[in-house]
Amino acid sequence: MILTLIDHDRGQPNGISFQALTLARKVASDLGVALEAVIIGDEARGIAQDLQQFGVSKTYIVKHPGLTDYAPEAWAEGLVQLAKTKSVKALITPGTERGNEVLAYVAAKLDLPMAANVTSIKAGEPFEITRIRWGGSLLEDATVAGEIKLLSVAPHLIAEEMAPVNSFTTEDFTPDLSDKVLRVKIVRRDMSSADKISLTEAKLVISGGRGVGSSEGFKPLEELAGLVGGAVGCSRAVTSLGWRPHSDQVGQTGARVASTLYIACGISGAIQHLIGCKGSKYILAINTDKDAPIVAKADYAVIGDLHEVLPAISAELRKQGYA
Amino acid sequence: MNILVCIKRVPMTGAKIILTDDQQSVETKHLGFTFSPHEECAVEEAVRLLEKNGGTGTVLTLGGKESDEQLRYAISMGMQEGMLLETSSEWGPMATAKAIIEAIKASGKTFDIIMFGNEAADTGGYQVGIRVAQALDLPCVTGIKGLEVSDSKAVAKKEISGGHEVYEVSLPAVFTVKEGLNYPRYPSVPGRMRAKKAPVQTTQPASVSEGLRKSQLRVPIEEASQVEILGQGAAAAPRVVEVMKELGLL
Repeated sequence: MILTLIDHDRGQPNGISFQALTLARKVASDLGVALEAVIIGDEARGIAQDLQQFGVSKTYIVKHPGLTDYAPEAWAEGLVQLAKTKSVKALITPGTERGNEVLAYVAAKLDLPMAANVTSIKAGEPFEITRIRWGGSLLEDATVAGEIKLLSVAPHLIAEEMAPVNSFTTEDFTPDLSDKVLRVKIVRRDMSSADKISLTEAKLVISGGRGVGSSEGFKPLEELAGLVGGAVGCSRAVTSLGWRPHSDQVGQTGARVASTLYIACGISGAIQHLIGCKGSKYILAINTDKDAPIVAKADYAVIGDLHEVLPAISAELRKQGYA
Repeated sequence: MNILVCIKRVPMTGAKIILTDDQQSVETKHLGFTFSPHEECAVEEAVRLLEKNGGTGTVLTLGGKESDEQLRYAISMGMQEGMLLETSSEWGPMATAKAIIEAIKASGKTFDIIMFGNEAADTGGYQVGIRVAQALDLPCVTGIKGLEVSDSKAVAKKEISGGHEVYEVSLPAVFTVKEGLNYPRYPSVPGRMRAKKAPVQTTQPASVSEGLRKSQLRVPIEEASQVEILGQGAAAAPRVVEVMKELGLL
C-alpha cells in the first residue's frame, strides 16, 4: 500500500496534506495497491473521517501518551514502527515543514533515500520522479531507490482532487516510544503576534520592495491592508535595509504565500522573491518600470508610482464604502 | 564551547537560471558564488556564541576545491578554521550526510553545537542536518529563528503563524537555521586578513552509494503570462478595486 502522512497541528489538518493525498492516490492506482493514511496523535483522529473523500480506504491513528503535541522524532519513530508491520511501497508526506522534517527522520532511521518536494511520480523500480530545486525555479528529474520510497509532495503545485471511496476504516496503532525519541518536542507556544493577519494565510498580501523607499514608505501598504483585511509583506532587500522585520519577508528564505491576490509594489522580481509569491493565484504588480521582471510574471499591472497608486486605491475603496 | 557550521557553495543566480548544455547543472560561467542566507545566519549565530562563551568555531563544506572561498568568507566573519570535504561532482543528500558524519568522527573533536541551513539553497533536500543528528545520536531542532544557550541547555524557537513554537534541548545538539535568526555582519578588514591565513583542512571523503540520483535538470515551462495593464498611476484605482471584487476579496 501507499501510506500518506497527514500533517496537522493539534488536530487542525494542514491543507497541503490533501494535495499529497491526490498525488499519492495516483501512485496507488498505478501500482494497483491501496491508498492508506496515517495520523499521529489521538487528538487528531477527527481528521480521519475527511479522508474518505480523497480515496483513503484505511487510516491509522498512531497514539501514545507521549504524543500530546508535535515531536518530530517521535512522529517518525511511530511511522517506522507502523511501516514494519505493513507492506508499504511508499511513504508520502506533504512538503510542509513538518512533512519534510518527519520524513527526513524516517529516512535517517531506515537509512533510505528521500526525495523532498516532488511534483510527479512514476512508480516502478526505482521510482522516477520530478522534484523542485531552487524553490521551484528548476525541476530535477531523478530516480529514487529503496525498499520504501520516501517522498514529500511540493506544496501548491498539485491541485487537490476528491475521489470518494465507499468503504473506510480506521485502525489504532500504539508504538513503543522511548523518552529519547520524545526529547525534541514543543514545550510551549509564544503567540505574541496572534492578532496579526498571517502572511501565509492571508487572502490578500500587499508587499513592498526597495521601491517603497523607506520604513515610513510602508504606510500606504499598511493602510490598504487595514481596509481589506490583508497582510503586509516585503522583499529581502527591505529586510536587509532594516525597514521591516524579517518575519514580513516573502521569498525563498522567507514566507511562501498562497494568497488569492499578491500585490507587489516597487518589487523588481528576482527569482528568490518570485519563489515566495508564486503560490498566489494572481499577482498584481505596481511598478514605475513597465519592463521590470515582475510585470512579465504578473497577471495584472499598474504602471506608476506606488505612493500615488496605493492611496488612490484606498480612497476608491472608501468612496465605495469599504471602510 | 566548540561549534561546527556546515555550509554549501551555491551560485548567485540572477533573474533567470540558465542550464549547461548537458542539463546536469546550472551554467555558472558568468555568476559569482555565495552560501545561502540561512547558513550565513548560522555562521553569525555561532560567532556570537563564541564571542560570549569562548571556544572554537569550525566551518565545514562538501564540494569542489573552489568552496575554499566560502569557508574563508565564514572565517572572515569570525569562525576560526575550515574543513573542506573535497569532491569532484555533485553529491546527493544521503552521501553528503555520510561524509559529514565520518568527517566529524575522524576529526576527534567534540562539538557542543552543530548548525546547518534549514535546506540547501540549490538542491533543497531538507534532510542532511537530521541525518547527521541521528547518526551522532543528538537532538535536532529544525528551522530555528531564535536561540538562547545557557550552561548545557538551549531554548530554540521556530516561527509559526502568529508567534513561535518553543523547544528545549540539552547540548550537544544540532540546529538547522532559517534566515531571520539574526542580522549577519559584514566581515571586517582584520577578519579578512586572518581568513587568508586560517587553517583549512582538506580531505577526500570516501564515496558511498546514493539512492536519490539526478537524471537531468529542466527549466520549468512557464505558461506565457498574459499581463493585463490596468492603467497608469492613480487613474487605475477604480479598475484595481473592480479586480478585487472579481476575485471575491471585497
